[in-house]
Amino acid sequence: MQHGKYRFIAGFLALPVILYAVFVISPFVQAIYYSFTDWTGLSSDFKMVGFKNYNWLLHDDLFWKAVGHNVVLLLVVPLVTLGLGLFFAFMLNVGGRGRKNSAISGVRGSSLYKVIYFFPQVLSIAIVALLFQFTYNPRNGAINAFLGGIGLESLQQGWLSDPKLALWCLMAVMVWSNVGFYVVLFSAGMSSIPKDFYEAALLDGANRIKTFFKITLPLLWDTVQTGWIYMGIIALDAFAVVQIMTVGPGGPADSTQVMGYYVYTKTFHDGQAGRATTIGVAMLIVTLIFAVIVTRLGRRERLEY
Amino acid sequence: MTSHAEPSELPGVTKEDEAPPAGPVRKQPPPGFTPEGRLGSEGKVLNVFSHGILVVWGLLVTLPLLWAVMSSLKTDKQIFTSPWGLPSALHFDNWSRAWSKSNIGDFFLNTILVVGCSLIGTMLLGSMAAYILARFEFPGKRFIYFMFVGGMSFPIILALVPLFFVMKNMSLLNTFHGLILVYIAYSLPFTVFFLTSFFKTLPSSVAEAALIDGASHTRTFFQVMLPMAKPGLISVGIFNFLGQWNQYMLPTVLNTDEDKRVLTQGLVQLAASQQYKGDWSALFAGLVLAMLPVLGVYILFQRQVQAGLTAGALK
Repeated sequence: MQHGKYRFIAGFLALPVILYAVFVISPFVQAIYYSFTDWTGLSSDFKMVGFKNYNWLLHDDLFWKAVGHNVVLLLVVPLVTLGLGLFFAFMLNVGGRGRKNSAISGVRGSSLYKVIYFFPQVLSIAIVALLFQFTYNPRNGAINAFLGGIGLESLQQGWLSDPKLALWCLMAVMVWSNVGFYVVLFSAGMSSIPKDFYEAALLDGANRIKTFFKITLPLLWDTVQTGWIYMGIIALDAFAVVQIMTVGPGGPADSTQVMGYYVYTKTFHDGQAGRATTIGVAMLIVTLIFAVIVTRLGRRERLEY
Repeated sequence: MTSHAEPSELPGVTKEDEAPPAGPVRKQPPPGFTPEGRLGSEGKVLNVFSHGILVVWGLLVTLPLLWAVMSSLKTDKQIFTSPWGLPSALHFDNWSRAWSKSNIGDFFLNTILVVGCSLIGTMLLGSMAAYILARFEFPGKRFIYFMFVGGMSFPIILALVPLFFVMKNMSLLNTFHGLILVYIAYSLPFTVFFLTSFFKTLPSSVAEAALIDGASHTRTFFQVMLPMAKPGLISVGIFNFLGQWNQYMLPTVLNTDEDKRVLTQGLVQLAASQQYKGDWSALFAGLVLAMLPVLGVYILFQRQVQAGLTAGALK
């Protein structure tokens, strides 16, 4: 029996492990190795250059600009997305008029709202980016046309071609496409909070804002934290929106350059695969720092109910 | 259901939506508590206020989509002269032009082929690995498990450059089977993670009974355990389907052959080339054609989709 068991284990694990090792693990390991070489990516010749790429990175203005943009994305996008998600979820679940015999209730039609809000989440980020590229279009886009229609011509812009606005336009798209997911996620969390808690709070004279901060948010904290990490990973990536929506390599005057897209252009436009992987390693480090900060900041006493 | 259902029960009302039964079943409100008191007055104002805000976001979500549908049915001239106006006539010829001339049809078929094969492969390999990791003890088990799970937290872009050359050396660039293998490999971390914890929750007695009855391990897995794991398989299957259908970065880098583009990548490249030629109506039509099937599937199965995707985040 033992013999059969190990043969079974090996048989079942072999294919997934090999596939995973070849296409996922080995490229990650190679990436770290290549970051110490002067590999162009075009030929198979390269030599070790030690920390030269890392030294270059420290003095590369564009890289630091990209890091700056990633930090802005990392701070703004999760905060706005999760904030809106929590706000809408709270309204859907607690915002309704107290019906007979129940202290709190959701607004009427809350499931319909959830269905609609979730729309963008099932669409590819590539399709969303393309849609908004049309929407932002200065000549025939929906936004300028709308502003013109209500007599606000002065606010019409070349949204994506203005270096001051481009990054904010991208962030709006990222928020737009993700809020619905968190409305649904937080709603699921909120509906499992016992109604007695709310009844007790309301009896004690707490209003809804207080109820939210004293009851809903603490009990939902684990979910919020998971959501924060998810949004952080999305914000650190931002490859598709930058590549599809803004012009050239990195937007007008590099105003939307991010680390993920910089890796791509360094490899496939500039033929500097060694340096590109160095940027990738830097990105990994930023990701890890972010994860540590979130889990540290988020550490609270776990509430059981 | 053994309890005799009342014939007067409303059709279409699901369990959760049912109002709590009136009368003594419901816990009595504490003394001095009047639902219509403090809550009632505050609630009325809030109700209007919350609906107002909720409707605004609903419009923000739906208007860009409706605008795209409207534009896809207009002539180019109308798109420019009245971007928000209703189309004067419904130009479905834009759609057929996009489908055949702009190759949206081909991109569609490519995507169905790639995602179909990847999804089957992911679910099969993922559940096999997860089953072993959940139910068997052997040396190196923890290492393999953490190797899989670790893949969830690394930025894919870091692996992308070496992966390109791994694929190149194996002559897998610009091939469907290469793309399928990569999709499977990058879907494994979450699939294994999710299904391992799922298999752990299933009772082991059924599997043991099957083994005692003389079924082989393989047969037990396929005929007993997989059917029992159906809810978990559906959740993670939906998650993987949407992820693979919507994938953009991997095909952009690994699959640059014009004839082998998948939908997302084909549309983006079409948009880049068409904006100079100026066939805007066909572009919008292509965009709508790409959005409609996913939105349609979502509306039909919204409960499962929402549950499947959020299960991914909750762990």
